[in-house]
Amino acid sequence: MQGMDSFFTRFRNQLVLVAVLLAQTIGLAIQVRRPVESATPDPSTISLARYWVVSVVTPFERFFHGFGHNLRYGWTNYIDLRNTREQNAALQKQIADMRIQQAAIAQDAIQGHRLQALLAFQQHYVAATVAAQVIGTSGSDLSRVIYIDKGSADGLKSDQAVITPDGIVGKLRDVFPHTSQVLLINDQTSGAGVLLASTRIRAILRGTSTGRITINNLTADSRIKPGETVLTSGGDQVYPRGLNVGTIESIAPDPDHQPYTLIQLRPAANLSQLEEVLVITGTQPDLPIQAQKDLALGAVTAEAQAQAAAARAAELKAAEEAKSAAEIVADRLPSLRDTVDPNAPPATPAVDGQDSVVKIPHPLPTLHPDRYTPGTTPPAADLTPGSANSLLAPSSVPPSTTNSSASVQKKAPKTPHAQPETSPNP
Amino acid sequence: MATRSYTSRRELEEHSFHPAVSLLVPLAAIILQALLPKPLPRLAILDLPLIVTLFFAVSRRSPIAGALTGAAIGLVQDALTNQPIGVNGMAKTVIGYAAASIGVQVDVENLSTRILINLGFSLVNSTLLFLINRRLIGQPGFHLSWFHELLRAVINTAVAIPIFVLLDNAKRTD
Repeated sequence: MQGMDSFFTRFRNQLVLVAVLLAQTIGLAIQVRRPVESATPDPSTISLARYWVVSVVTPFERFFHGFGHNLRYGWTNYIDLRNTREQNAALQKQIADMRIQQAAIAQDAIQGHRLQALLAFQQHYVAATVAAQVIGTSGSDLSRVIYIDKGSADGLKSDQAVITPDGIVGKLRDVFPHTSQVLLINDQTSGAGVLLASTRIRAILRGTSTGRITINNLTADSRIKPGETVLTSGGDQVYPRGLNVGTIESIAPDPDHQPYTLIQLRPAANLSQLEEVLVITGTQPDLPIQAQKDLALGAVTAEAQAQAAAARAAELKAAEEAKSAAEIVADRLPSLRDTVDPNAPPATPAVDGQDSVVKIPHPLPTLHPDRYTPGTTPPAADLTPGSANSLLAPSSVPPSTTNSSASVQKKAPKTPHAQPETSPNP
Repeated sequence: MATRSYTSRRELEEHSFHPAVSLLVPLAAIILQALLPKPLPRLAILDLPLIVTLFFAVSRRSPIAGALTGAAIGLVQDALTNQPIGVNGMAKTVIGYAAASIGVQVDVENLSTRILINLGFSLVNSTLLFLINRRLIGQPGFHLSWFHELLRAVINTAVAIPIFVLLDNAKRTD
């Protein structure tokens, strides 16, 4: 008995160390399930332990976050208002540009919806979101987790997607009454189903220990290029289809998993400095009301644009036809070219502005003028009915050199006894 | 007049702390560790709870106290992550025990010793985390960049020295 006491006394430190380590090892064994899934929520007992710690830590985080937020709010909204008007003007212009882009997309979207309906394709649109503020982190770069100031009391549940307007952020892991833990997509236990936007190749996104996001389940494909946009595929049942994930930054052979390639992505959302996020709390098969209104507005704008374009095209065509008709008549009646209508409006520039002067081709000078040559026949007013039919001398100046019938009349010899014109009008 | 007699170096340099200091300093380290990476993401490389564990371990010079302090700090730290509770707890238990054991043998007030202790135990912490995740939990995909861990050790050491000097003021000799 004394020997036992001396053993415990002698190895007290070591025994305490072993006991503490053993207790924690048993605790780990209870928590860790096979396969290891760190991304899934904890069992209720572990979640309770986390909740106690989070309840102690988050009030401080809320306090400091609120303090910093109020300081920034006061500065940005009351003091630092420089360039606000310019920014407002720039944003208005951006809205106008986006309206035009929206109009261009709306027609495709409407057609896409029609085709989806024909195929009975079940699409899920974001119907409801809850905005939340980021109040803290896990404090470790081996665990990329953030805490938000909304929890189950606000309708949040585990595995709901967390996004920003730029792209996806992660998903809810543990949800407490007034706080939630968000597992970021760049954590090494994260994953998401994605779709390469232009090639429509499906893949699985993974986080890494260095905080990057990668795709490593694709073999080499020459169609995949850096800069390609990556979207959520909706296959993971967490992120709705079509949300922006990021762009491909680099493609290289994966040294650990041949013949696969290691595709590194640049996340669309700034994962390292998140302030506000949106938690998707509901999806629906139809577009939300506001989106439907936007789509209708885009369609109306597109229709108006199409009508304006058609009207412009019709106007141009009419002008073209009018011009060609005038040219046909001018070809058949060359003398009309030399007539000038005093009541005619002044020449206006062409609609398109490319050729402001309409060039009417003139016939070449007559080599052997005769009585049928334009300009050689005296006006009917100068002819006397019943007078002798006399041959008119051809004009020495060809009519092509004159611009009006008046000049022709001046140059043509006036014969008072000329015969009336019997020849057919050329 | 009462006189004290010290029979060993351990007794000479064994310190204790006010219970409020023992509670609030680790809590402040954990809260700061959770708060700082939000505005400054690069500060996630720091491990303030590790620095505090080392400080209390080498100051108290009691391996049991060091192990228990390390376990408590590590478990709280784990609760804020998505890792199983016990990963940091086990690592910091070992570190608290080892630091206290070394503190009995060497002069931990010396600047060079403090630098070596912080640098060495930061690397030991990374190694333990790697082994626990890879071998004990069985996560084959768990990777560490050892250059990054070396950088972490250097930065932690640089931050630890002024913190140690600051916390020296909270010591009371028994």
